[in-house]
Amino acid sequence: MANSNNGPSIYNPFAKLNLRTKTLITIGLSVFILVIVVISSLFINSGDITTNFQAMNKPPSFEHFFGTDWMGRDMFTRTLKGLGLSVQIGAGASILSSLIAIVLSFIGSTNRFLDGVISWLVDLFLSIPHILLIILISISLGGGAFGVTVGVALTHWTSLTRVLRAEIKQIKTSDFVKLSERFGKSKLWIARKHILPLVTTQIIVGTILIFPHAIMHEASVTFLGFGLSPHEPAIGIILSESMKYLATGNWWLALFPGLSLLILVLLFDIAGENIKKILDPTSANE
Amino acid sequence: MKLKATNISFKYPSAKNYLLKDINLELDNKKIMGLIGDSGSGKSTLCKILSGYVQKYEGEVSFDDAPLPKKGFKPVQLIYQHPEKVMNPKWKMKDVLGESWDVDEKTLSEFGIQKSWLTRFPQELSGGELQRFSVLRALNPKTKFIIADEMTTMLDAITQVQILDSVLKLVKERNMGFLLVSHDMDLVDTICDDKIYLKDINNI
Repeated sequence: MANSNNGPSIYNPFAKLNLRTKTLITIGLSVFILVIVVISSLFINSGDITTNFQAMNKPPSFEHFFGTDWMGRDMFTRTLKGLGLSVQIGAGASILSSLIAIVLSFIGSTNRFLDGVISWLVDLFLSIPHILLIILISISLGGGAFGVTVGVALTHWTSLTRVLRAEIKQIKTSDFVKLSERFGKSKLWIARKHILPLVTTQIIVGTILIFPHAIMHEASVTFLGFGLSPHEPAIGIILSESMKYLATGNWWLALFPGLSLLILVLLFDIAGENIKKILDPTSANE
Repeated sequence: MKLKATNISFKYPSAKNYLLKDINLELDNKKIMGLIGDSGSGKSTLCKILSGYVQKYEGEVSFDDAPLPKKGFKPVQLIYQHPEKVMNPKWKMKDVLGESWDVDEKTLSEFGIQKSWLTRFPQELSGGELQRFSVLRALNPKTKFIIADEMTTMLDAITQVQILDSVLKLVKERNMGFLLVSHDMDLVDTICDDKIYLKDINNI
């Protein structure tokens, strides 16, 4: 017995930990990497990405991890800066869209008519393709980081709103809310004290899970040329520029930035899913 | 004070037949009353009507010759069978109590509530402990009439007596009305001054 219990732990220290510790380590690691990316990108000023025509089109080496582009700019620095920008835009967009979701779902819970209006709005926004709406909003707001942030925020509140709406409906029919009404508490008091603490989990998880969508959409809109302006080192810009040089064999221009974007998005997704695991009472005991 | 029900009839929207038909009932604070009925006979529904939970019914419920208030604190409070359902799982017990009124320490100890329980969550207390909170919460100074719907059914005999004793003491002290709803004849015989059988007043 003792042997079989000790067996795997000798070779694999990870097996010794329980699921909770593993989950916490996963969250810690992914958040750590994300924070490192953002902080290091903040320390890169545009002076570090100057053109250097003596080092044009260099393949990846120890001097330039991701190689250099046709103007001799270090792709690793550019990618890092672009990722930092993506995270910032993602943060702005997901927080904004969560706020929209919270406000709308609480407004919808006040009466049946408003609930109908909110549900109709959700259906309306879901029926338009995201990318189309983001392009429209982004262009009408003059493009740039602001336009993209607002565009992504205005298209990604729907899923969280639906979750919150259902959750609030369920809590409102619970006995403790009815009892609270009998103690003469106002609707606002009940919303603040009873309902809000019970939906914080959904809000936190929902906000984090909007992140990957926001980053991906930001990159794709920019790739299509409707997002950030071309002088900014965004991942979308890097990818669309690299298209022209792919044919000449400069594969590193697209591969590494694309891969790092994918890893960044995955990290957010992993962090979000694991935080959900910890916070969600239905899976907290697993 | 007087809690009066005139010609109460009720049927659930999906049901064909009336559950309660032409019920007349008059309760006051002079006697401790007991209401007895079988399972499914409509005891709880009648309680919900009397306390103003269920609004769609035929007939009239009046308290001190006025209809039950629709807003603000309700003078008729209902105590449930399942205390864990009426507590927000994210609240500490002192917030749960504080939602209704500030209970002084003397009353707390009279109900056998230990101070350390106040900082716990509802999941961390047993059914009997929770029911003490649930009962004490309903005993707000503004409460005029208590309807205890199978209040002690889930508890053992000793806890039943402990809780009922402290409730009745407070009820008499404050001159409140009290209706004990149960299917336990022995309990009603011991506690109540008078009893009503639901099947006697229900004209189905």
